[in-house]
Amino acid sequence: MTTTGGAWQAAARLVRRTGFGATGREVDAVLAAGSASYVRSVLAAAPDPAPAPPPVAPLPRAPKDASADQRRAANRQIEGQQAQVTTWWLQRMVTTTTPFAEKLTFCWHDHFATSAQKVRSATWLLQQNQKLRTLGRGDFRTLAMAMLTDAAMLRWLDGVASTGTSPNENLAREFMELFALGHGDGYTEADVRAGAKALTGWVARPDGTTYLVPRRHDDTPQTFLGVHGVDDAASYCDAVLTRPQSPRYLATRWWGQLASGDPPSPALLEALTAAYGPGYDLTAMFTTMLTRPEFAVAEGTLVVGPVEWLVGVLRALQVPVGDAQVARRTVGALRALGQEPFYPPSVGGWPGGQAWLSTAAADLRVRLAAAVAARADLSAITASARGNRLDAVAYLLGIASWSSRSAAALTPEVGSPARLVALAVNTPEYLVH
Amino acid sequence: MDTLTRRRFLIASGVAGGAAVLAGSAAIGWRDLAGHAAANPLPSGAKVLVVVTLYGGNDGLNTVVPYADPAYHGARPELAYTADEVIRLDPQLGLNPAMTGLAAQFRSGRLAIVNGVGYPNPDYSHFRSMDIWQTASPAEPVGTGWIGRWLDASGDDPVRAVNVGSVLPPLAVGSRCTAAALNPGGNRPLPQDFATGLTALAQQDRGDTPQDAMVTGCYRAEREVAATFASIRPAATGSVGGDDLAGQLDTVGRCVKAGVPTRVYAVDLGGFDTHADEKGTQQTQLGTLDTALSSFVTDMAGDPRGRGVVVLVYSEFGRRVAANASQGTDHGSAGPVLVAGVPVRGGRFYGEQPGLNDLDDGNLKYTVDFRTVYAELLERVLDADPQQVIGYAHEPLGLLA
Repeated sequence: MTTTGGAWQAAARLVRRTGFGATGREVDAVLAAGSASYVRSVLAAAPDPAPAPPPVAPLPRAPKDASADQRRAANRQIEGQQAQVTTWWLQRMVTTTTPFAEKLTFCWHDHFATSAQKVRSATWLLQQNQKLRTLGRGDFRTLAMAMLTDAAMLRWLDGVASTGTSPNENLAREFMELFALGHGDGYTEADVRAGAKALTGWVARPDGTTYLVPRRHDDTPQTFLGVHGVDDAASYCDAVLTRPQSPRYLATRWWGQLASGDPPSPALLEALTAAYGPGYDLTAMFTTMLTRPEFAVAEGTLVVGPVEWLVGVLRALQVPVGDAQVARRTVGALRALGQEPFYPPSVGGWPGGQAWLSTAAADLRVRLAAAVAARADLSAITASARGNRLDAVAYLLGIASWSSRSAAALTPEVGSPARLVALAVNTPEYLVH
Repeated sequence: MDTLTRRRFLIASGVAGGAAVLAGSAAIGWRDLAGHAAANPLPSGAKVLVVVTLYGGNDGLNTVVPYADPAYHGARPELAYTADEVIRLDPQLGLNPAMTGLAAQFRSGRLAIVNGVGYPNPDYSHFRSMDIWQTASPAEPVGTGWIGRWLDASGDDPVRAVNVGSVLPPLAVGSRCTAAALNPGGNRPLPQDFATGLTALAQQDRGDTPQDAMVTGCYRAEREVAATFASIRPAATGSVGGDDLAGQLDTVGRCVKAGVPTRVYAVDLGGFDTHADEKGTQQTQLGTLDTALSSFVTDMAGDPRGRGVVVLVYSEFGRRVAANASQGTDHGSAGPVLVAGVPVRGGRFYGEQPGLNDLDDGNLKYTVDFRTVYAELLERVLDADPQQVIGYAHEPLGLLA
């Protein structure tokens, strides 16, 4: 319906995939600056300092002889702190001036998925979140080592309970399978057991610092992934990250997060892993991914998940979420849609694609969009003549053009701007990119 | 153009590609479906399958406990339950102390236990193993779930299978159809203005990608689901109708009693990945399962339509026989499967309990392929050909009367 061309559409895709939703104004700016320059600048930009994280002081552990009432009170305190951290992150995603930094942080959270269901420390989870934000564009080895020795991760995957006399395999297995190598690498159960030994002995303090206790650690040199002498977290990490499959796994997983539901072609995969190179360079890998022609032409295969959808809608419609009650309700909506930050369903992160497109989710999304639109700034639409409102809503949401189906669905609603917007964010054009 | 021709046309013309997901449901037409359950109720005598997935890998040996076997106590001294702690079902096996309600169902003949269920070459990854169970394809990854393939093979009505919860599990996704989904908290109809808008957005468009078609397909199904389940209301009190297992099963029970023509429901319970401090955690989870499931089975037994309900309970794997140092267990292989309901020949064990002195690298060797259980359920509960749906046939265990 609109007259924007292919270049505008490609720029819109770039903006949406490097953030949460888009507005026409942002797309215009990228088109003017050129996409290569935009990619450079968003990857170089330091994350917005605001809003500052909530002060969540480490809580003392409940004593072993605590009464049921004391335990309940302690639980409430932990949950109160976690709710503060979750709403802070949601508000940050909605208001940040550096959306790509938050998008990357959210995708890394999905990658190194750790849940507050088991990690009962908002202090630890907030620290992990900050590490993902600051290290997520550096070199992957630094990030991977930070996660292998992170308090929340060590608790989540039972590293803190893994000792030389009886190693726990959870962290060693999931790090290979889900974080750095992929199930298809062909590592064996013997590798899992050897790797688990190398990772034994780490413990965490309530303040989130972690350290190795030599008497809990098995320093016997292991043969792990064919490498001799693996005896600690660093040598374990290096043995995994230097496998040829590791960069391919990372690049494929990130392509699936940012670009397309279809796997990358062999040539593209080659380019991505070459950029990542021996320096584990994430920024180079992202730059290549976002500037390759394959990225610009990939379209219509990536289903927008609940967080990206709702944050995108709130950003585009400039709905304030500073009020604590509004923020809590928003988090509740994400819980109902199955994607509450800090509560991934498992270490594998959230599902994708068809999983988000259930009849129940459709119902929730429509109601939610209606509630949000009722509180939105719709001046961009009301200022337009009725005949131009389809274009106005497309521009507001960074959509290049409506299909004839969506135009037919939206046209009867041009007289009710809130309903027009609520339906527009539920079109295939908005839900798939 | 009739229903079938229209769908064939859509597929043949490549309008929505191979993933013409739910194209069939559009072809049903937009007749007024209010009172669907009344107009087109579950036929009397039709059975209903309720699939309960336990996520995380439930420790089978501490669920159905070989309390009389010294090897059990030797392998996990701090985790093992003594003969006095378990609820003894026979001289060898007993249930976890948290499972009082299910023990009663076993004794009343409404619960069967299949021992040693697994598949060849066990995979110790949660995701791969859950995928294997949900797709019924141990040899190679496939993109469709076993209930999804049953949907593909059995017609067009989008309410034939229903997932309770908004996120679809892999078992519910077929190549042509997916299960509908219900919000456990209630399913009020959308305001009319939005319902009209959604109906318009449900139309297909020439340029739709397969993913676009998933969006529109789910809108078409949503309209039908809304009409079918409009009369199903969660109870006003307590956690019933919530998103915990009891609430999910309460929703299922209400749908069954109302005569909704749904043949398969999927519900789930997580939290079974007990690498550390297992005993208390697992007992809490099994207690949740016990309370929810035993009251559901009792509730269904008292309803004419509910008497056709068969419940399947499974997890992606059992756990290692020996405990680790964290008072937990690492990922293992075979485990017990529970099958419950009035049509079940309960009060007895099926399959062989794997020997604790004959392990495969510390893990149990399976004695029953999980597809044997699926095949019997497909054939006897869903009146389907297991060979067609899961490509597997086996002499049935005789779980169903």
